[in-house]
Amino acid sequence: MITSRISATVSAICVSAALAAPAMAEEMKMAVTTSFHNSGLSEVLLPAIKTDLDIDLQLLVVGTGQALKLGESGDVDAILVHSRSAEEAFVDAGHGTERTEIMYNDFVLIGPEQDPVGVALSKDAAEAMSRMALGEHSFVSRGDDSGTHKKELALWASAEENPEKFGSWYRAVGAGMGSALNTAAGMDAYIMSDRASWLNFGNKGDLKLLFSGDPVLFNQYAYIPVNPQKHPHVKAELATRLKDWLVSDRARELIDGYKLNGEQLFTFNAVDPNAEPAPEQGEAAEEEVEAQDPDTTEVSPEQTQPLEPETEVEASKPAK
Amino acid sequence: MNEIVQGLLEAGRMIVTLDRDLIEITLRSLQVTLTAVVIASAIGLPMGAWLAINRFRFRRETIALLNALMGLPPVVVGLIVYLMLSRSGPFGVFGLLFTPTAMVIAQVIIVTPLVASIAHQAIRDLWAEYHDLLISLNTTRGQRILALIWDGRRALLTASLAGFGRAIGEVGAIMIVGGNIDHATRVLTTAIALETGKGNFALALGLGFVLIGLAIALNIAIHALSRTERDSQW
Repeated sequence: MITSRISATVSAICVSAALAAPAMAEEMKMAVTTSFHNSGLSEVLLPAIKTDLDIDLQLLVVGTGQALKLGESGDVDAILVHSRSAEEAFVDAGHGTERTEIMYNDFVLIGPEQDPVGVALSKDAAEAMSRMALGEHSFVSRGDDSGTHKKELALWASAEENPEKFGSWYRAVGAGMGSALNTAAGMDAYIMSDRASWLNFGNKGDLKLLFSGDPVLFNQYAYIPVNPQKHPHVKAELATRLKDWLVSDRARELIDGYKLNGEQLFTFNAVDPNAEPAPEQGEAAEEEVEAQDPDTTEVSPEQTQPLEPETEVEASKPAK
Repeated sequence: MNEIVQGLLEAGRMIVTLDRDLIEITLRSLQVTLTAVVIASAIGLPMGAWLAINRFRFRRETIALLNALMGLPPVVVGLIVYLMLSRSGPFGVFGLLFTPTAMVIAQVIIVTPLVASIAHQAIRDLWAEYHDLLISLNTTRGQRILALIWDGRRALLTASLAGFGRAIGEVGAIMIVGGNIDHATRVLTTAIALETGKGNFALALGLGFVLIGLAIALNIAIHALSRTERDSQW
């Protein structure tokens, strides 16, 4: 009795939920990192994706670690994260089809305005990290296995410091970028953040951007569709269409054009199909152009140069 | 202090302008929580009544367990439901993870022990009063449960409202199983967590005031409808 009642109610909810959602557009789930979402860029890209591709892109905002996990278990259709080695391991293990670099932003070091350990005087990121380790002023770490956290650990390593040996001044909060920034603002501590989250953050307190610009602080975002061979239910076709859109000139305009307080946050660097000549691939690329569904790719009329081999693999899928 | 005032102003602004996002997430909060409370009551109230009038082995232990489950940590419930509904979990084929249905399932698990426990307490007292009468009328077990539920409806309403109170303010479990997806599974509590994360305290607090107002309004509405606390009745 009771179970039939539950299932009846549950199905009633499913129906009502289905009715509530717009019926036309197709839904697709993508796991993204908090730093991407906090930047506000998603609020520009999502409506454009809806208009151009008719895809209702649902974002799950998590750390890179969890995003990869979600892709691994097939709970999302694609991921957009920033931790190269983890991404490559993900693709190598067959969880994702391929890794496509889309854009980068950079990390910055934030700290109290007085800057007691002199981070702002550092020549490079490694020196800044050494100064913080030496000064033992409070430092807030994400501590959540996210891309940002992994980057921070790599920076400590580059300065030959080991966070596991740090004293109580090193606080791993195990939270997202925003929460970690809140904690740092409350404790007047140093913290490493991505630039976008920092600029968008509403509770800066006495904190200030102290150090940025070292190339090691660059933060590459990559898009990986979940492998449909492992998870037949994933929307591989939508994921491919989204990938083609993300490397297109339309995405370039939106990403490069997104500014906060007059600062450009992200730099589009997807390998544009027509940007890099690859003569030895000419023949394969030509076949590929024919195989493409004209609707799924944005091939501008001036595109004369051969396409990247990478694109060929991806774009030939919907034709199958 | 300034931020609290700003939060109040923000709440007022959103309500006055009928902010579309606010309406959407408020309705979803209500949809999820009310569905969960209705299901939890359908299970919990008869279960509480049944426990009150039946004598069986391990009865004491069962009741103690039920009371303990009132304090079930939502985060753990969320995690278990998540693992069950994940594509790699036993119920993955239904594709329920990150849907409002998943949030309802988690909340039912959290709320049912609370409803059943409070219902059991209320009905036990009533049963002590009605015991001789119902036995002498030669009623069946089902009739007794129905009679006790009907006559104890006010106390049972409190049980359901306590369940509602726990569910509407819950964030740990529904954040995990719902994923806080904009326009899909975002509700008031998860939106508050998100805005706090962005450092938008005024907006977060505004949403918080809306949430509190909603809980108060719903309780008043239900009491008005069920005509409690009126005239000589109580």
